[in-house]
Amino acid sequence: MMYLAIVFLPLLGAAIAGLLPKLTGIVGAQLITTSMLIISAVLSIYAFYDVGYLGHEKTVQIARWFAIGSFEANWMLRIDTLTAVMLVVVTFVSSLVHVYSWGYMADDPHKPRFFAYLSLFTFAMLMLVTADNFMQIFFGWEGVGLASYLLIGFWYKKPTANAAAIKAFVTNRVGDFGFALGIMALFTIFGSLSFDAVFGDVASKSDQVFHFLWLEINAIELVAFLLFVGAMGKSAQFFLHVWLPDAMEGPTPVSALIHAATMVTAGVFLVVRCAPLFDAAPVTSMIVTMVGAMTAFFAATVGLVQNDIKRVVAYSTCSQLGYMFFAAGLGMYNVAMFHLFTHAFFKALLFLGAGSVIVGMHHEQDMRYMGGLWSKMPLSWAFMLIGTLALTGFGIPGTSFGFAGFHSKDAIIEGAWLAGEAGIAFGTPAFWVGVIAALMTSFYSWRVIFMTFHGKPKGDVHTFEHAKESSISMLVPLALLAAGAIFAGVAFKSDFVGSSSAGFWRGSTVVEGVLEPADTGHAVVEAASHEPAADAHAAPEHGAAPADEHGGGHHVPLWVLWAPFAAMISGLAFAYWLYIRNPGLATKWAKESKFLHPFLYNKWYFDELYDEVLVKNVKRLGDWFWKGGDQRMIDGFGPNGFAYLTAAIARQAARLQTGFVYHYAFLMLIGLVGFVTWILMHQSGGH
Amino acid sequence: MSDLPHLLSLITFTPLIGALLLILFKAFARADDKAVVERNAPAVALVTSLFTFVLSVLALIEFNPADPAFQLVEDVNWFAGFHYRMGVDGISILLVLLTTFLMPLCFIASMGSIKSRITEYMIAFLVLETLMIGVFCALDIMMFYVFFEAGLIPMYLIIGVWGGDNRVYASFKFFLYTLLGSVLMLVAVITMINVAGTSNMIELLSFDFAPGLQTWLWLAFFASFAVKLPMWPFHTWLPDAHVQAPTAGSVVLAGVLLKMGGYGFIRFSLPMFPLASQYFAPVVFALSVIAIIYTSLVAFRQTDMKKLIAYSSVAHMGFVTMGLFAMNLAGLQGAMFQMLSHGLISGALFLIVGVIYDRMHTREIAAYGGLVHRMPVYAAIFLLFTMANVGLPATSGFIGEILTLVGVFRVNTWVAFGATTGIIFSAIYALNLYREVMYGEMQNTKLAKITDVTRKELITFAPLVLGTLILGVLPTLVTDITGPAIEALIERIDAGLALAASGGVDIG
Repeated sequence: MMYLAIVFLPLLGAAIAGLLPKLTGIVGAQLITTSMLIISAVLSIYAFYDVGYLGHEKTVQIARWFAIGSFEANWMLRIDTLTAVMLVVVTFVSSLVHVYSWGYMADDPHKPRFFAYLSLFTFAMLMLVTADNFMQIFFGWEGVGLASYLLIGFWYKKPTANAAAIKAFVTNRVGDFGFALGIMALFTIFGSLSFDAVFGDVASKSDQVFHFLWLEINAIELVAFLLFVGAMGKSAQFFLHVWLPDAMEGPTPVSALIHAATMVTAGVFLVVRCAPLFDAAPVTSMIVTMVGAMTAFFAATVGLVQNDIKRVVAYSTCSQLGYMFFAAGLGMYNVAMFHLFTHAFFKALLFLGAGSVIVGMHHEQDMRYMGGLWSKMPLSWAFMLIGTLALTGFGIPGTSFGFAGFHSKDAIIEGAWLAGEAGIAFGTPAFWVGVIAALMTSFYSWRVIFMTFHGKPKGDVHTFEHAKESSISMLVPLALLAAGAIFAGVAFKSDFVGSSSAGFWRGSTVVEGVLEPADTGHAVVEAASHEPAADAHAAPEHGAAPADEHGGGHHVPLWVLWAPFAAMISGLAFAYWLYIRNPGLATKWAKESKFLHPFLYNKWYFDELYDEVLVKNVKRLGDWFWKGGDQRMIDGFGPNGFAYLTAAIARQAARLQTGFVYHYAFLMLIGLVGFVTWILMHQSGGH
Repeated sequence: MSDLPHLLSLITFTPLIGALLLILFKAFARADDKAVVERNAPAVALVTSLFTFVLSVLALIEFNPADPAFQLVEDVNWFAGFHYRMGVDGISILLVLLTTFLMPLCFIASMGSIKSRITEYMIAFLVLETLMIGVFCALDIMMFYVFFEAGLIPMYLIIGVWGGDNRVYASFKFFLYTLLGSVLMLVAVITMINVAGTSNMIELLSFDFAPGLQTWLWLAFFASFAVKLPMWPFHTWLPDAHVQAPTAGSVVLAGVLLKMGGYGFIRFSLPMFPLASQYFAPVVFALSVIAIIYTSLVAFRQTDMKKLIAYSSVAHMGFVTMGLFAMNLAGLQGAMFQMLSHGLISGALFLIVGVIYDRMHTREIAAYGGLVHRMPVYAAIFLLFTMANVGLPATSGFIGEILTLVGVFRVNTWVAFGATTGIIFSAIYALNLYREVMYGEMQNTKLAKITDVTRKELITFAPLVLGTLILGVLPTLVTDITGPAIEALIERIDAGLALAASGGVDIG
């Protein structure tokens, strides 16, 4: 009942606000959707405690969805630790974003619609994370895609917003193409769509070869790969990332909720949920690592030079998602989830903080026209600072002092190094990418802080003069998220990735002993307090592993431990030098740069490439099929060719207008009667 | 309840009775009463069709879904060995229901938008309804043929009399395409009757035609059904016919008439010629995949709203043929589901075009833009059906697509791979259409006074909205009814194939 409420209250809110805005009024619509979400969030936090710590996993069956032979799926809620984590992330951030939007969207005439979309999104996302089978997860998957489309294009008068909305939907559909094929392959191979049935069957199918297109391929690898293509679309990974920056056309609360904290992490969630599959698919996992690392690197480079404050944060999201993926690809599913969890707080914080700045600057988003705002907006400045410290992973290695990102990101980087040592493919390169990307992350994050809040005001004097701190409804969510950005790491580390992780996850995802960062020097203190009781809860197949590894004694060298720290400090120092000590130098460099800056600024020319290779050719092909295929070939040889032969008749028919049809109809009837008569006579003659 | 005699005949011929009444009114009305007849004709037609719908719901209640056999069977020895046979099974009863469900909506939609020869228009539609229901109820192959072909006549009239400016070309094209198919099919029908010695479809369904003969019969039927469905490359009549047809004509054409082709495949080609079906399945697959990709791309480039939706229909019918010839449970169930779902969705989409056509008298996409500012309710309805057309889960469009894809994946991954690209392309053309028409600034000053949907229009959309969502969330409502009949069909196909295998006959 509680779980039904968590999932369906947002839908109820969306339906009321969306369908009956006249009845509720504008404030009523806001009040209903927001309070539904807050109730849902409170229940989710309880569920998190109930499932994660008391171990009360549950499945709630709602209804039969389809049942065609063995192709069956139920509407069902599956609540295990993994789901509970996502429930908290989704409902917590979503309710804060609802509250924040009271302030941010105060001047918008279409508030009921906006809140309805937000709640609809939340419902779809909750259906996604509570799914018990691949069909329902696909339902949620497409549902969040729809909501994302609607919210990116919320300001539908803007052509750019409409284009971005379509781009997001279509790019996601390219991913869904893989996802859908994955579901088909999965069902063909496993004969079931339910998570339990499929994951339980992985071992017995691990050697099965499947014939797909021209390939003879391992069945599990195929399924995992196709599912990953879906994840790439939703989580904006390299090649399919192009929609995410454009999605910033949507209102900023949307960017925070959908394009930072929740929807874009659905791909990571999918991989983590399907950990048993990916765990049995080493080649695909390698691809996941590669794509993730590539994305982390690529997006960070592009983020270095963007001037739109939201775009920088967007590329940063893209890059952090890359971290999560390469962690998952290396088998550290729980670590990926940990980063997903902390990232939700600090990235939503950064987005909402950026939104606060944007509102303060009267919807100016270009950082080149900002500067010096800290005195005008001290609270926003403080919150952005906390977000930045969390994102860049500020903390002292070897201790548990540090912001959220310090714990999760460093766990990924160190885990990657360990994976490399353990001989897992791409572990060491992923480690280096992680360190380098961390340096760039630090640089572009501080660049944002310096460009917007420090230095001299660079924009319109009038705008600067009138810049003021945002309203309370925007600051309270920021404060709560800031608390998360500070404490989410240290508070949950031992449960997510540390010594008590096996007891925490309870088999809801694969927790690999060998890569468990509880073994890293980073977490020495926790490793010492490792309790046997925690292992008692562990899934049998994983329970023994951590203990063995402790015995084996994998240790992270000191330089690995300090590498992310050094990267973070260097990035900070360089940004400080470039934007505070030598203002103007960056602009000069950018102007002088012939290749590197344009290349990065234009996002490696992906949009141009896709436009040239895909968009234009699809249009060309469409025209060619239509005018060449349909009109010239098919019609030319078929009906029109025939028409030339009977041109005279046709002309006469045209003159007679409707008479022609009547004649034909009449002839047809006569003909039919004739035929029928003939058959009947023939029949009786035959008997 | 179980003794409603001749229920199917009643359903089939009630519209015809309505039509006859209208003819009588028209013929015997005094000159000054003609106007009264014109004014009341739509109401008569609507009441008739609603009554028919209620009857068909009764038939559904009578119907036992667990029984795969034909039910509500009527068999009357007519004359000279010619039988009047009717009956429905899980496959056909829902198509009957779809027909009777859509017709009242067509009549409501036509009120006000048809201005000339109203009585004749209503008569044509009522006759068409009888013929369409007859196609799905007929259990005698000769009767089937008569209904199947005669259905074209009122459709020709509807396009030809109440159609757009280029209606003669459209009906001419329609005529040419269907003519060849009709003749070949008739020859095939006669051959079957002669070989099997019966025109009873129940007996024909269990008759094993010789493998070589199957090939020829299959091809002859294919010629007719492929045009009707339509399959690529026999589809070019459809966009023209749709563009010229009045709104309700398009609704019936896309909603029901196209399904007669799919019904033909599932009723005749698959169970009666299983060997040939298997033999030609790769051809059908190829044409289906081409249809999905090719027509989706063509749809993307259209400038006329109706043409765009017509092309998208062809693409969606590609999923139907693909699912049918996968010849497994998921594929066949998906194909059936897709037919029903497409009936609702494409019907709704043509009604959606009709709404703004009635106001602005143009179907040019470029003439619109920014309608959402003045038509929020319309925007919501249009959005729902755009998403249904794209195949979003929780709409009926998704179920048909995913089932046919799952079905065909087991048979041929290439086909599934190609067809799945359809989910990308459909998003491209459907969302583009929606953007161009609904979003952006209102550029065209003529649109400044356009009004949102009227109550009458809302009434026509409401059942379609509900139907699309309910079938999307609870598709078992359909699949539980079609299931047993389709399972029986698969058994029949397998038996046919096994027989040939044991005989070791080569059908090449």
